[in-house]
This record gives sequence, structure tokens and C-alpha cells, in this order.
Amino acid sequence: MKPNLILNMKNIRKVFPGVVALDDICFDLRRGEVHILLGENGAGKSTLIKILSGAYRKTKGQVYFEGQEISIKNPRHAQILGISTIYQELNLVPKLTVAENIFLGREPTIALGVVDSKRMNEMAQDVLSGLGQKIKAQTTICELGVAQQQMVEVAKSLIINSKILIMDEPTSALSDQEINELFAVIKRLKKNGVAVIYISHRLDELYQIGDRVTVIRDGKSIGTFSINDISKTQLIRLMVNRKLKEQYPRVKTAVGEEALRVEGIKKKGVLRDISFSLFQGEILGIAGLLGSGRTELARILFGVDSFDSGNKIIKGRRVQINSPRKAIQSGIGLLTEDRKTQGLVLKLSVRENICLPSIERLTTFGVVNNRKETAWTKKYIHDLKIKTPGMNQKVMFLSGGNQQKVVMGKWLCSHVDILIFDEPTRGIDVGAKVEIYQWMNRLTENGTAIIMISSEIPEILGMSDRILVMHQGRISGKFASSEATQEKILQCALGVANG
Amino acid sequence: MDEKFQNYWLHHGRQWGTLFGLIILIIVLWILSPHFLTISNLLNVAQQTSINAVIAVGLTFVIISGGIDLSVGSILAFSGICLGSAMQSGFPIPLAILVSLGIGLLCGLVNGTLITRGKLPPFISTLGMMSVARGFALLFTQGRPVSGFPEDFRFLATGEVLRIPMPVIIMIVVYLIAHFLLTRTKLGRYTYAMGGNEEAAVLSGINVKLYKTMVYGLCGMLSGLAAVILTARLNSAQPIAGIMYELDAIAASVIGGTSLMGGEGTIVGTLIGAFIMGVLRNGLNLLGVSSYIQQIVIGSVIIIAVLVDMALKKNKS
Repeated sequence: MKPNLILNMKNIRKVFPGVVALDDICFDLRRGEVHILLGENGAGKSTLIKILSGAYRKTKGQVYFEGQEISIKNPRHAQILGISTIYQELNLVPKLTVAENIFLGREPTIALGVVDSKRMNEMAQDVLSGLGQKIKAQTTICELGVAQQQMVEVAKSLIINSKILIMDEPTSALSDQEINELFAVIKRLKKNGVAVIYISHRLDELYQIGDRVTVIRDGKSIGTFSINDISKTQLIRLMVNRKLKEQYPRVKTAVGEEALRVEGIKKKGVLRDISFSLFQGEILGIAGLLGSGRTELARILFGVDSFDSGNKIIKGRRVQINSPRKAIQSGIGLLTEDRKTQGLVLKLSVRENICLPSIERLTTFGVVNNRKETAWTKKYIHDLKIKTPGMNQKVMFLSGGNQQKVVMGKWLCSHVDILIFDEPTRGIDVGAKVEIYQWMNRLTENGTAIIMISSEIPEILGMSDRILVMHQGRISGKFASSEATQEKILQCALGVANG
Repeated sequence: MDEKFQNYWLHHGRQWGTLFGLIILIIVLWILSPHFLTISNLLNVAQQTSINAVIAVGLTFVIISGGIDLSVGSILAFSGICLGSAMQSGFPIPLAILVSLGIGLLCGLVNGTLITRGKLPPFISTLGMMSVARGFALLFTQGRPVSGFPEDFRFLATGEVLRIPMPVIIMIVVYLIAHFLLTRTKLGRYTYAMGGNEEAAVLSGINVKLYKTMVYGLCGMLSGLAAVILTARLNSAQPIAGIMYELDAIAASVIGGTSLMGGEGTIVGTLIGAFIMGVLRNGLNLLGVSSYIQQIVIGSVIIIAVLVDMALKKNKS
């Protein structure tokens, strides 16, 4: 074994009831490198990480850590070994201070278990400044932004002398400025010999920060490459094993009648005079920065939140939509930003989730028609190619991409003809993205009207027929997709120009 | 076939596990006491279990929906007093029973409304109801029991159909209906969905406020039904009846695999849970174990059952 190798995982296999999640994965890690783990949703990245961080036990295979074969028993054991993980959902206690979080479970004490706050704060401050951070150790976590909270997690891992740091999509919630700062910190860590396993879907990032990359597909490791020896297109091909004709396969369809018109929607401090029309068979893209009011608009259209004044007109008729129930009855569906907390009931089965908004049409006198429900579910599992051992599998056991497909199935099944997609492809790999885009095409072909909210401007440009840009609660730009450019949209989103 | 079996086991294994526990318990008691496994004693156990079992059905719905109801024991007492007073003042028996169910339903709907419209945590609003309903029961009777009912009313406790005691028949009917409600109807599906992820349920167009209120109403109504059985058995309505019944019912649900986090649980499991508690009490009585020790044993069984359940679930994921 090479001396600079800190971790070597050989032929790792992990089996869940009914699913082989990992099948013969090989992965190694050198001191002081950033090793990128790349793969579609459901390829097995999360499972591999969870084995390494002690959350899961492997079914088969060997793990060598600093040359010795080990078996990681639990998350605590992993930490003692020096393996820290920073998950997408940060694990901090919001009401405690930065220092208290950094030292949680290993507080320095004076005597009789009394915490030495002074020393704790000093040590925490040292680590933070070592990372080039200006965060004060005595601030409470809830006062910090996501980027700063992430830094606290990094500091926490340094306190326990981590030799391996695993970062799962660390940049998904960060601005460009914050990403640069994070990368600077990662480079410092590298210099100190820390090995970083880095997961991200943003291919551009990988070239900025990565040293080597391992591609995983369908639970198998496809290959490990030096990042300079491989191109983006090659990586995408390895991930999905098929050539991507186009990243955005929008097929324009004939536009039909007006499906929805919004007139002068106002909500104090949130939306200012929003008016637009949406036609059958079109995709209306809504761009805008975080906090521009785009998600709030979606929630108001869907009847989740109330508004002060304005009209919603569906197919020429004014409608009162003050609950999601009414919205669905009027033919509107909303695919929320966050599938786990808003889109799915994780404890229920694929079948129950898909049919949840459609139960009214499946029941007579309140009794569910089992045969019909089974038939409908089978259809959508087949159409959407949802990978599940059976329709009674609980959704929590499915991979992220398949969970997103269940959300899709839920709304396809409910036969709504106006669909609002809020960040439909966030945290989803290239292959699954294209599948979702193709579904949008198919839906518009059948006359469905789609509103697509996205913070990815290329996606807005690639998939929309018309584009609205929002800035501080109002519409700051309207474009046909042919005349829009990335710059124009960005200028409107920033409020620099109106279009 | 193999995959089907695996899937079945994944979803129903828990129930068979609890049933297995019940069977072992029965075998042990049978070995220790020859009187235990006689038809008359088993019917006796079923009869003693029936009240807790009926209340536990309501709690199972509530707990699956993500809530808790601490007021069932007090609602039982209040419904019982109203039932007794109604019969005393000459109401026909069926009407008096409807009064009991109605009072229970009403208390439950108040709970549900406070939780859904008043946005109170279920623990708080039902804690309040626990005291309020008990207070009404004591106030109306000035703390004295109500008695002197028509002879026919006793049939509900002592009567038999095909040698099966009436309380057991009522329990069986309740369980059949409840199982159907929970597995085959919209109400059942929504109960799981609300408890599993309330926000997702709202965003799927479910009228969560309405269905949650209904669940608490159902729970209250079942307490009213339990009051009918208890009053018939004692041949009097006591304002202090049903104290601590909520804990027995919660225990039956939890032993039966209902998760206090919501979104998980079955009616069959609750029935088995209620019987584990009933069999244990009966067996310990037959063996002449003191009631003090009984409390220790039953408490331990609850804890062990949940520990085993959690260990099994951890294994699964």
C-alpha cells in the first residue's frame, strides 16, 4: 500500500431489503487530496458515505484505514477514528453558541464537570480564525447564515482532529462569494494533510477544487481519474452511460387557450402587483434570486398562503383558491422545492403517496377502491420508471431521484392541468434532470400549462417558452425565450434593468 | 414468491412479533396455572379487556394522526354520568346510549377544534379536557354515583349471544369497523398521511383540520361507548370512573406497534396489545401475585415491548 493512502475501501457491498444499494465499490483516498464522488441520484454515493461515517454497516467488503483493516461500528466510532461528515442538513443546535456547538460532547472542564467556558471560547475562536473566519465564538448558531454554519461544522471537525472530512453537496445553498470562501478553507485543510471526500452535482466546481474523481453508477464504481485527465462530457457519459443529445430537450408545442390569468396580486412586504397569463401547452419560466418572491407566488397561487388583493382567473372564470384542496379541484398542482419535508409522506408507501391527492376520485362513500388504486400506481411506476421493489415499499427507502419521480407520479395521477414546478431539478443529477424535462415536454404536448420556477438560469433559458423575472416581489422582466439571454435575465433579477 | 414474502414480512412482521409475544405469555401462564386456559376464563379475560380495547382503538387513530389524547378516562366518566342520568329520568335505553356516545363525540370534537383551530398542542388541550370533563362529572353528581337503571340495561354487560358475552361482541364489532376504517377508507389513509407528514398532507389537498377533528371526535365517541359497557357492568355510573384509563389505552397502542411519532400503527396490533395487558393482569391474579407487583410487571412489559420494537425497526433500516 502506498504510504500516503489514508483510506482504502475494497469490494464494498450493501444490501437493503429488496435492493442492492452498493455492489462491488472500490474507493481510495490520499492524505491532502480532494477526492470527488460523482454519480446520479441513487447511484450509491450517500450509501457509501453513510458506511464510512458509521450510519450504516456494510454487508461485505473491506475497509482499510491507515493501513489497518477496520469495521466502523457507529458514527461515534467513525469520529474517534478521525472521520467527520458534514451533511447537507447541518447538525447544529440552533440555540447554543458557536463554541458550545463546536465542543458539544467534548467540553473542556475545570473540575466536577463544570465547563471551562473561557477556555472553550478561546479555543473555538482560534480554530475559526485559523480557518480565516470572522465569526465570533459566542454568537448563537441561529444568528448565522448557512455558509457560516457550515464553517462551524468544519471547525468542529478540526477540533476532533479529523483526518478525513466528508462534505455532501456543501455548496448547494451558498452564493458564489461564499463558495469561494469555502474553497479557500478546503485548500487550507488540504495543506494540513486532511483528506476531503467531496460530493457535488455542479460539474464546474469539481475542476476548481478536485484532485481526483471517482464515478459511481448503479452501485458500482466505474473508475477513478485525475481531474485534469477527463473532460466534463466524458464524466457525464460515464455517469449516465448514454450520450446526452441535449441538456435541455425542450420541444415547443402549439400554445392553446389561456389556462390561468393572474391580475394584480398583492401581499404586503412580499408581492407587488403581479399580473401575467399562462397558456395551455407552454412552459412559463420564472427566474429570480432567493427571496425575490417566486416561491411565495407559487404558494399563493396554490392557496397555501393568503394574499391581500388581486384575482386568479382559470379558463376565463374568476376563482377563489384559499386552500391547496381548492387549488387541486381547480386543476392546479404544486411540486414543492423540498420533496422530503413538503412533497412526500416518507413513512407511507409508493402507492399511498402517488394516490394521496387523488383519493377523492378513488373512493365511493369514503371507501378506497383497491383494484383501481393498484392499477393506477402500477401505471405510474411503469411510466416514470420508478425503481422500487414493489408499490408497497415505504418511500423513505427509495433514492432521492426515485422519490422525486414519486412526487411527479402523484401529480400526474391527480390529473391537474396547471402544474407549478418549484426548483424541479434541485439536487438531481444530469440523467434524472433530462427525464424530468422530457416529462414536461410530454405534459405540454397534452395541453398542460407549466410554470417552472428555477434559480438556474440555463435551465430557465433552455426549457421555458416565455420567461418572467422577479425582483423584490415584483415582475422586473418579461421575455420570449428567443430574445432572452443570461445577462438580460440576471440584470432584471438583480434589479439593475427592466425588460 | 420470495420477494413477496420479504415484502409481506417487512410490513406485517411487527404484528406477528407481538402476536408471538402474546402466545408465549399464554403458554407460560397455562403451565403455571391450569385454570388459565379454560373457555370461561378466556371469555372472562376478553370481557375485562373489552373496555380498554375499545378506548385504545380511539387512541390508536389519534396517535397515528400524530397526536395524543389524555382525556379519554374523564370523557368516559362524564359520558357515563350523562348515560346514567338519562336512564334515571326515563329515557329509553337506546336513546340513553346515544346520549353517551354523543357526549363523548362532543368532548372529542372540542378537543379536535382546540387543536386544529386554536392551534394548541394535543397534549395541552386534552390535558385541559381531562380536568374539565372530570369536573363536570363530579359537579353533576355532587361526587355521588348514579344508579337505579332498568333491568334490561344490564344485558349489555351480562347478556350473551352464542355464549359470547355482550362486551366482547361490542369489542369485536368495534375492531372490525375500525380496521376497515383505517385500512380501506379515505379517513384512514388521511390519518396516516397527517401523522406521517402534516405539511405534505396539506399540500396534497387534504383538509387536515377537518379530518384531525374527526379523529378526536371518533376517539371521544369510543370513550362514550366504553362508558356504556362499564356502566352496565357496574350497574352504576361513577364520576370517578376511568381514572388512568388513558395510560392503559396508550400502552395497548404502543405495545401493538403504534409509533408515538405518528404515521405508523395498526388496529390488529392494538388488539393484541390490549390482550397482552389483559392476559397479564388476569394471569397474575390467578397466580395470586399482589397488585403491587402486578404494576411493576405491567410497567416493565410496556418498556420491554417498546425497546424490542425499536431494536427491530433499527435493524430494518
